[in-house]
Amino acid sequence: MIRHDVLKTLIPVISDQMVVCNIGAPSQELFSLDDQPTNFYMLGTMGLASSIGFGLATAQAKPVIAIDGDGSILTNMATLATIANNPRSNFTLLIIDNGSYGSTGDQPTYAGARTSLAAVARACGCESVVEVSAKDTAGAVSAALQADEMTVIVSKCDSGNVPAPVIGMNPITIRERFMAAVAG
Amino acid sequence: MAKQMDRRIIGDLADNGVDFITSVPCKQLAGVIEVLDQTPAIRHMPSNKEDEGMGLCAGAYMGGMRPAIFMQNTALGVVMNSLATLIQFYQIPLPMLISYRGEVGEPVACQVEMALHTKAILNQLQIPTYHFHTPGDADELPGILNHAQMCRKPVAILTDASFWRAAA
Ligand SMILES: [Mg+2]
Repeated sequence: MIRHDVLKTLIPVISDQMVVCNIGAPSQELFSLDDQPTNFYMLGTMGLASSIGFGLATAQAKPVIAIDGDGSILTNMATLATIANNPRSNFTLLIIDNGSYGSTGDQPTYAGARTSLAAVARACGCESVVEVSAKDTAGAVSAALQADEMTVIVSKCDSGNVPAPVIGMNPITIRERFMAAVAG
Repeated sequence: MAKQMDRRIIGDLADNGVDFITSVPCKQLAGVIEVLDQTPAIRHMPSNKEDEGMGLCAGAYMGGMRPAIFMQNTALGVVMNSLATLIQFYQIPLPMLISYRGEVGEPVACQVEMALHTKAILNQLQIPTYHFHTPGDADELPGILNHAQMCRKPVAILTDASFWRAAA
């Protein structure tokens, strides 16, 4: 299963939840599969999906799912320490770990080699960290939404992308409709 | 040891409705961070790097809070992409209280190197920039904070060594 397959299984679970989605292929695939006002698409700024999602979870009570990638987490790994030290029970961090920089041509990341992002999250102090296979990911996200505890999920899947168009929506439109959904 | 100026800056931020601040410390900001940590009306969430901080601020803003960031001018080298592609692109108001190291009174030569680039970077990014050089300059802070919200832009408040030395 590649990221697109994982996202497809996630749709019934996350469709009406607040989702902050990583730049590039993840956002484009999610947009094509199930565009929702409850989705915040990152059009730039690699590495900040986890931080944006965590800021959102801190500011209000609705559940927030940040969908990040292994390459992006590696660029902003220290945010796991911020997240661990200020835990928010309404926050779920889903790291789709395909061991590659998917949006740039599937170059390998260190997470696909010797580095375990689940071990990094635990070492940072995150208490509930699970590593799951691609097919068990939707179940893990569903369980995390029901649990009264912040959860970090590392979903191990295969490398690869499905062609999806660049998101043409205006960034202000993305932000404003997302904020209306958050406040609604 | 916090000064009256530190209390005044935090008071102005709180009065403006700022309720979420992330920071990466600087010696010149130690007093203002100390007062921040004694101010329950503002949630302080330190970040490890300033671009991470901008992500936290963007999320907090979309969740209904009013964020600000405290950082050193050297961090402008870190946050250029986050400012352009997140804060500016999505039009998120963000006051940046910046310790302006490397100006007259600076004891560390290396700090001068980024001081030389500080205003040029802010100018290149078309970020409204205010330079606090004497304590009286801080009278402008409430207006600057309103301005950031009105135009939904990041704004830079540069606070140099002379400002902090003269501040009571
Ligand atoms: Mg990847």
